[in-house]
Amino acid sequence: MAAALQTAALLSASPNLIDPQRFRVGLLARSLIGRRGSIFVVRSDGRTSGFFNAKSRSGNFITNAVATKADASTSSTASKPGHELLLFEALREGLEEEMDRDPHVCVMGEDVGHYGGSYKVTKGLATKYGDLRVLDTPIAENSFTGMGIGAAMTGLRPIVEGMNMGFLLLAYNQISNNCGMLHYTSGGQFKIPIVIRGPGGVGRQLGAEHSQRLESYFQSIPGLQMVACSTPYNAKGLMKAAIRSENPVVLFEHVLLYNLKERIPDEEYVLCLEEAEMVRPGEHVTILTYSRMRYHVMQAVKTLVNKGYDPEVIDIRSLKPFDLYTIGNSVKKTHRVLIVEECMRTGGIGSSLRAAIIDNFWDYLDAPIMCLSSQDVPTPYAGTLEEWTVVQPAQIVAAVEQLCQ
Amino acid sequence: MSAFAAVRIPSPVLVGARSAGEKPCAPFVSCPAGHGLHRTHVRSTRLGRPLLAVSSDVLSGQKSLGSNSSPSHHAVVSREEALVLYEDMVLGRVFEDMCAQMYYRGKMFGFVHLYNGQEAVSTGFIKLLETRDSVVSTYRDHVHALSKGVPARAVMAELFGKATGCCRGQGGSMHMFSAPHNLLGGFAFIGEGIPVATGAAFSSKYRHEVLKESNPNGLDVTVAFFGDGTCNNGQFFECLNMAQLWKLPIVFVVENNLWAIGMSHLRATSDPEIWKKGPAFGMPGVHVDGMDVLKVREVAVEAIGRARSGEGPTLVECETYRFRGHSLADPDELRKPDEKAHYAARDPIITLKKYILENSLASETELKAIEKKIDELIEDSVEFADSSPPPPRSQLLENVFADPKGFGIGPDGKYRCEDPKFTEGTAQV
Repeated sequence: MAAALQTAALLSASPNLIDPQRFRVGLLARSLIGRRGSIFVVRSDGRTSGFFNAKSRSGNFITNAVATKADASTSSTASKPGHELLLFEALREGLEEEMDRDPHVCVMGEDVGHYGGSYKVTKGLATKYGDLRVLDTPIAENSFTGMGIGAAMTGLRPIVEGMNMGFLLLAYNQISNNCGMLHYTSGGQFKIPIVIRGPGGVGRQLGAEHSQRLESYFQSIPGLQMVACSTPYNAKGLMKAAIRSENPVVLFEHVLLYNLKERIPDEEYVLCLEEAEMVRPGEHVTILTYSRMRYHVMQAVKTLVNKGYDPEVIDIRSLKPFDLYTIGNSVKKTHRVLIVEECMRTGGIGSSLRAAIIDNFWDYLDAPIMCLSSQDVPTPYAGTLEEWTVVQPAQIVAAVEQLCQ
Repeated sequence: MSAFAAVRIPSPVLVGARSAGEKPCAPFVSCPAGHGLHRTHVRSTRLGRPLLAVSSDVLSGQKSLGSNSSPSHHAVVSREEALVLYEDMVLGRVFEDMCAQMYYRGKMFGFVHLYNGQEAVSTGFIKLLETRDSVVSTYRDHVHALSKGVPARAVMAELFGKATGCCRGQGGSMHMFSAPHNLLGGFAFIGEGIPVATGAAFSSKYRHEVLKESNPNGLDVTVAFFGDGTCNNGQFFECLNMAQLWKLPIVFVVENNLWAIGMSHLRATSDPEIWKKGPAFGMPGVHVDGMDVLKVREVAVEAIGRARSGEGPTLVECETYRFRGHSLADPDELRKPDEKAHYAARDPIITLKKYILENSLASETELKAIEKKIDELIEDSVEFADSSPPPPRSQLLENVFADPKGFGIGPDGKYRCEDPKFTEGTAQV
């Protein structure tokens, strides 16, 4: 019953990667009409022959990222047909709507202005709003993040873009000390309504430093909220919610998901930052995931459904805090939990989630919680090695089979 | 007559002689004697850009400003201004001395960094600011808070960790914040406040240019205070660049007291003349005698004026000295007694008192009355802090998030912050 559709944006590390024509998109363009009448269509493109044999690669390398049907509680099928766009355009749409709505909303980051953003999320905004509202910063992450925080303290609502989430490691001082803690340390006198966003995650052979998952590093910072988007629909909704929130929010996007296409409602909508998304209701096992792994999970779900399993898939979306209500209800129903994440095994979101489930729902578990994470390894450049560092659908299938024995 | 006219500064003779046998050196300081400001052309840098530096010698000892029959006409400040400056510096000094006493009596804990000796910098700059202007400081922030107008009671209570403190007891000595006074902190890591100050200045420019909110008196100014050790930190340089790039209304004030805990400025810095780093980024760099409040004030007037009119940032290096150790836990063994004696002789409060009396701006009795008033104010603040309640348990989880929904949705489907135990502070999060 899962609507299958996907696309995998293949991005090289070159700065011109935003140009859609240069994407080497993976297989596939199946479109199925989902239960709610949404239509997901994806562009397909044959794989260009790259550095390796395309045929041998596609055999054991899943180039597809499977998206799912829209869910009852989260997406609304409007009476109007809605409009189709790509995930990065959805982010831009959300951003633009909020900038129109409130003149205090501004953007700052490297190449966000004239260049339009390295992933084109801010394309055209500098022309529309001016160079001060869409500020091109010099390469000084710690300082311009701190500048964003100072601006937030004095009444603006900045969105700081990290060109790649990994670059925000340089801003860790400001994010931890000032962004997260300053509201508390000042006794509640100053609020920091800042949004810090950027692409992270393992891409296509981007190398170790461009393939980092900062959600695991930021999760301990008190006072910070973290969300991860995975579809154009939730990308726009979460972007708007994050901008409107009085808390500092880190919005994690994924390098490979920017070219996902989806039809989203025409009317305005804002999603809840703290809620998880039910992707596919089921009975046998709860699979908790977020961001790109959602698509690997849904790919695995196709196989599992064929084998007779009925997994429930939840996209947790809110990485900090966890939505224990949605997760709890699922655990109470299925009694088996599998967490699939892209973080590394040690200290990732999965380990926190596992602890939270054990603390709260121990009595409902019939089996130990399984957690599939990336290897504790700096992401290698070689395609084959990189493929083995992240969780692949075959592993997910095997894990579910093992859980449900 | 601009205080920033190009001036030739003689090569500094640096303090902090390393071997015990050396004679004490003159501190590297402002230009030679002579009334008013020098206007000799400075040498150009290799890039042809002149190094702008200034030092005002308004109070250089040789000048007999008080020799005429109506001396106050020759004074650079009015009587009222002088008394305001005096009172503010005495407030800072007495407060810090009381902090030391209270610390050793076990009323406050942790790291407490006192400002004795540096009062001229705080008073010289902050007393020129309006309420709408912002101040960003470091861990040595008590006196910046007091100068900006935060009541002594609120600061003392914060130091005692009481709920009536300016940050409800949650910040402590190193994190003084006050929204009504636009005191943006109070930061423990050095350099951390400079980007925040840059952000506040950006906000000021944004409000003027994008939101079209204008004040007839000019832009809101931000003054960032930090030390010599910070000037080797990346955030300092990154912010100098951005501030000048966008002509932000900010003044960067370096309180160069020559020591970063036990690290002498000369041992840590390849080129110890910090004011020179301003012109490297295209902004004026000024060096001023930070032990003399009137000299600091004169430079501050121009720097703040530049920022307010939109001309951009200024880097002001104030040569100053802390009479106490880095913090109350610092044994202060590395600084030479003769260096300390040299600066003790230039105590800014004594210098100003002398100036006031010599220029007949006020009488000794009036100054003593001010001192007494301050003593009483500080006593009162200690009593207030002592009798204030400590924070209750329910305060623990407040203010973690501006929107407490950030604590998330609990297993029962309700937001955690709706749990009654949450407000008691006993909820598990």
